[in-house]
Amino acid sequence: MASKWNLIVDVARCDNCRVCFLAVKDEYVGNDFPGCSAAQPAQGHNWLDIRRKERGAYPLVEARFMPVMCNHCDDPPCLKAARDGAVRKRADGIVIIDPEKSRGQRQIVDACPYGAVCWNEERQIPQAWPFDAHLLDQGWTRTRAEQACPAHAFRTLKVEDEEMRRIQAGEGLEVLEPGLGTRPRVYYKNLRLMTRCFVGATVVTRAGGTEECAAGVEVVLTKDGREVGRATTDAFGEFKIDALEPDSTGYLLEASAPAGRCSTRFELGGESRYLGVLALAAGA
Amino acid sequence: MNLSVLLWGIPQAMRAAARLYPEYAARLKERNLVAQLRLRDRPEGRWIQLENGRIRSQKGLHARPDITIHFKNKAIAESFLTQPFDMLERIDAAKNFKVGLEGPDELAVWFMATLARLESVTWKAGTDVGHGVTRYTSGTNGGPIFVYVKDGKVLRTTPIDFDADDAPSWSITARGKTFTPPRHTTLGAHGMCQKSMLYSKNRLLHPMKRVDFDPDGDRNIQNRGKSEFVRISWDEALDIVVKEIKRAKAVGPGAIAVQNGSHHQWGNLGHYLSAFNRFWNLIGVTKCVHSPDSWEGWFWGAMHHWGNSLRLGCPEFYGTVEDCLKEAEMIVFWSSDPDTTYGFEGMQRREWARELGIQMVHIDPHLNHTAAHLGGKWIAPRAGTDPALAQALCYVWITEGLYDKEFVAKRTTGFDEWKAYVLGESDGVPKTPEWQEAETGVPARDVRALAREWGTKKTYLGAGSWGVGVGGACRGPTGMQWARMMAILGAMQGYGRPGSNFGNLQFGSPLDFNFYFPGYGDGSFSGDLVYSANSAHNYQRMPHIVTMSSVRQAIPRMWLPEAITQGKAMGYINDVSSVQGQFFPFGYPSPGHVRVEMLYKYGSQMFGTMVDGNRWARMYQHESLKFVVNQSVWKEGETPFADIILPACTVFEKWDIGEWYNVGAGYVMHMYSMNNHRVISLQHKCIEPLGESKSDYDIFLSIMERLGLGAVYSEGGTTELDWCKRVFDSSDLSKHITWRQFLKKGYFVVPPDPAAARAPTANRWFYEGRKKDTPEPYPLPSDYVGGYLEGLQTPSGKFEFVAQTLKRIDDPDRPPLNRYMPTYEDPVRNPELAEFPLKLLTAHTRYAFHVMGDDEGSSVNDIREHRIFKDGRDYLVARISAQDAAGRGIRDADLIRLWNRRGSVVCAAQVTHRLQPGVVSTYAGSAQYAPVGEPGQSTDLGGCVNMLCPSESITKKGHGIKPNAVLIQVEKWTGVDTWKPVEAA
Repeated sequence: MASKWNLIVDVARCDNCRVCFLAVKDEYVGNDFPGCSAAQPAQGHNWLDIRRKERGAYPLVEARFMPVMCNHCDDPPCLKAARDGAVRKRADGIVIIDPEKSRGQRQIVDACPYGAVCWNEERQIPQAWPFDAHLLDQGWTRTRAEQACPAHAFRTLKVEDEEMRRIQAGEGLEVLEPGLGTRPRVYYKNLRLMTRCFVGATVVTRAGGTEECAAGVEVVLTKDGREVGRATTDAFGEFKIDALEPDSTGYLLEASAPAGRCSTRFELGGESRYLGVLALAAGA
Repeated sequence: MNLSVLLWGIPQAMRAAARLYPEYAARLKERNLVAQLRLRDRPEGRWIQLENGRIRSQKGLHARPDITIHFKNKAIAESFLTQPFDMLERIDAAKNFKVGLEGPDELAVWFMATLARLESVTWKAGTDVGHGVTRYTSGTNGGPIFVYVKDGKVLRTTPIDFDADDAPSWSITARGKTFTPPRHTTLGAHGMCQKSMLYSKNRLLHPMKRVDFDPDGDRNIQNRGKSEFVRISWDEALDIVVKEIKRAKAVGPGAIAVQNGSHHQWGNLGHYLSAFNRFWNLIGVTKCVHSPDSWEGWFWGAMHHWGNSLRLGCPEFYGTVEDCLKEAEMIVFWSSDPDTTYGFEGMQRREWARELGIQMVHIDPHLNHTAAHLGGKWIAPRAGTDPALAQALCYVWITEGLYDKEFVAKRTTGFDEWKAYVLGESDGVPKTPEWQEAETGVPARDVRALAREWGTKKTYLGAGSWGVGVGGACRGPTGMQWARMMAILGAMQGYGRPGSNFGNLQFGSPLDFNFYFPGYGDGSFSGDLVYSANSAHNYQRMPHIVTMSSVRQAIPRMWLPEAITQGKAMGYINDVSSVQGQFFPFGYPSPGHVRVEMLYKYGSQMFGTMVDGNRWARMYQHESLKFVVNQSVWKEGETPFADIILPACTVFEKWDIGEWYNVGAGYVMHMYSMNNHRVISLQHKCIEPLGESKSDYDIFLSIMERLGLGAVYSEGGTTELDWCKRVFDSSDLSKHITWRQFLKKGYFVVPPDPAAARAPTANRWFYEGRKKDTPEPYPLPSDYVGGYLEGLQTPSGKFEFVAQTLKRIDDPDRPPLNRYMPTYEDPVRNPELAEFPLKLLTAHTRYAFHVMGDDEGSSVNDIREHRIFKDGRDYLVARISAQDAAGRGIRDADLIRLWNRRGSVVCAAQVTHRLQPGVVSTYAGSAQYAPVGEPGQSTDLGGCVNMLCPSESITKKGHGIKPNAVLIQVEKWTGVDTWKPVEAA
């Protein structure tokens, strides 16, 4: 079995510094790479884009970012939509939209379920990030995005599919929308930070008219009577329980400490939740 | 060598070079001339004639030479012409008239440069990487880069990956783990976008003249900023500029003012402190004196508690990366967002801290990018109220005994008075956590929890974006109080104790601080010993001719508009050599000097960075300002307010040399300790200048030649590449790598010190009561009150809770005891401001570098957290809290108008939960200015948010801006502009 290119993106490491985004523009704007890609327009095309997600609400908030680009699917919908061999799958896994043969084929843009293909109005061609194939062919071992990323959020690797499956299982990697059956070659680590929710709150005590943060309080989260999470409050009385399904219901949160107890019931909407200040009450 | 042989050899060498190097043969065809080299004391010499590239030469004297180079005597001539050249001897000969030039300046400079080219034509730059591609290096404000060039075009730019020949990296072992930085340089966004800026649609490629500007007739000053421009030739442009310089000089000293941004493109030569500085000294100009921008609170405030004047009031930082990783249990980031502005080298080290489980706390009204990335507790005080929160921490520490009592007793003065204030004994108001809650909105419980954590754990205080000052809360109306509180908090926790210090891992990498390479602040070839740090090292290391201006008049930059429109602008000198250096008033007009009539504007765009920027637009239309020339790389918001535009080129199109984040021996000595490695790069001329643009050096030289100063400016035809060689020779680089190797490879990694020889930890000497042992030559020897190297630069030599030096100047904004004074920008206390309920933060921008990289055709514009494209324009993003947005019917990406009495600016909304409600966050760094109506009198669509900020000084007896935390109102933009400025009475 031949080894093929894969890209792993770690959502936890990305802080939206945008250096990868700019590196991709640096590579493709103004440069034609025959057989691989035509020049990207100076502005407006984001072959590598970064999605932004805020979780929680003031003051318990997270900001998460996820680079997205052509997934170089093993079953690429764009290839099926293309005419005249305008999209091809290379033996090393890379999907190339031919800058000549694809002229006028706007349906290639529409076929991508990830929105990763851009339409070049001037040249009338669909364009997507070609995995820096022209550089890999010259001996580069990393994509421009990986080489430039100061946070080391990317890993470019050329391995056999079986090895990649092992890595995926071992590191808990996910792909975008696996249900589509497109079999992407771009994998995500810590994708839950974009797709799942957390619940958090501030636990306090109120004794003698003075409010204090309640540190070291055990917090237990149950859903429909079954424990689904557990946390201990920090020095500021705060805690988070993560990786909950969006729109899930039936939660009961209980905090207990020598100073007292408190509990609250809640449902998750589509987003993470900050439940506010919960005061421990003696004998509650 | 004998003179006649030396002279004979010159035409021989020229012929040989022309045969071997087509480039040299082509150069010889550029001019036809007869050059005479001769002795002054007897009729001996040799002439060289160039005619259409052919060389004729004969011993003796020519009847009608075009230019003559004459030497006082034979010995001097031989010394001057014998290689390798002794630059000290050559400079001495030039300065003392032992050698002289006659003839047209331009021709003489050209001929001297042609002689110098005999050597440099043999040099080879760059590395062939195959496929017809040459890899060069360059430097940007965002870091050094590789530049791949094919067929005269820049193909790509990347960070630099080190190879096996480069020096090894350092390691730190902390708590059982060993950390070594990755083997590459990192780039900020504004470094990674450089290629897009090179080929930007906004490049100025030809000299231009405003269509309705007639230097000999109607100048139509009132149309600046409104009229179109027409292309003119370089000759016409330079003739006009030179004629205006001469006209202004005839008016009197100081009639020409120069004005530049705080920064420039990277590189020691092209920087304004070298090329421009030498130029302005030779013309004689009224300077615009920068206030300590970005250091305001530290400079005018904190300095008085502990000195550190040569660091603008900020603390030292050596060794803190190692100490923090080994010892600290918590880092408090207070108004500290290094990932945004200084980034990515420190980001790696902060990852290590996270890996070690060091607790993080972030205090900022905005959940800034560093905070969002690292995680930890977010505490969000109302903008500008932070000093109250800090005082409440002191209250808890004092009442619960959680401070370093031994340090306070031995190393400080005035604590009893401070304690009495904090406890309310002296003013009846105990500074309790509940008291601060009313001011800051931060729950009292959080303050108690933080005080207890801090008082019981070894804590690093990362104050400001560097952790050791700069940016953030120090720039607001309460910025001095805040920075003073940071110093006081540090003192109460015994700064210098293992694990207790200032920093956020951004500064203080264990590098070699003794390897000499000059920073841009060292002035390079400026020859200026007063306005750059030239005299510290550079002037001895790189012999060059000193330059001084005969004009002493100066204007505080922030009040240049007042100087022009009102004829008066007074400020305070920011002389950093001592604490009292900041007490000296200066200003405009100066005795014996005249009013400014001409402005030489050098790049940048002040409308977006200076406060109350509408003043600047109005200034340009004032009748007293008779001529404005703007020399710039890009068309920016301020450019159309000129009469003549001179197109400069980018770093890719000229030679330069520089070290990553080395600003020299000035105010941030050893700033490169932000990096994981010291990287010095030769900034190759990668491609020819685009269009008719020229390097700044070449533009200045062209003007100088027309004034007969070309040979003085260029030291007899020294080119930028020759200057690079002289900088190289002056530095310790030449001990490690040959010039030819360096020119080819393009960069050098300075080996770090071995672990045993690393610089000591900052402030440890003070904590332990020893002589100062950190490698900074501050304070000046005369400023020690005890023995040399003993104690701080304060009257007592100790940390002063009550600042004695502030008793020497009676400034109501800076009482010696740092009591809490609420900001004027308070709609509750000051009902006349009630219509402006929101606080605006205008921080240093994240993706651009001030205005550089914003707009300017840069790919940064595609970043939707920077600008959002709507209705044909890229609008600057303004972040607004979900709560404030909902109340105003504002949704994500809506166009919104931010306004108050000073300004009105349209931005694109980013609705977020990362802000304390009541706060709007933007970046002050717009390169655009797009007034809907009259410039200076209408709403701006370009994003110049600092237009909303006051132009009053942060302190009465000083001068500094206070752009953060001003009151505004926000509404959805209707597209109809009815706004007019309300000028202060």
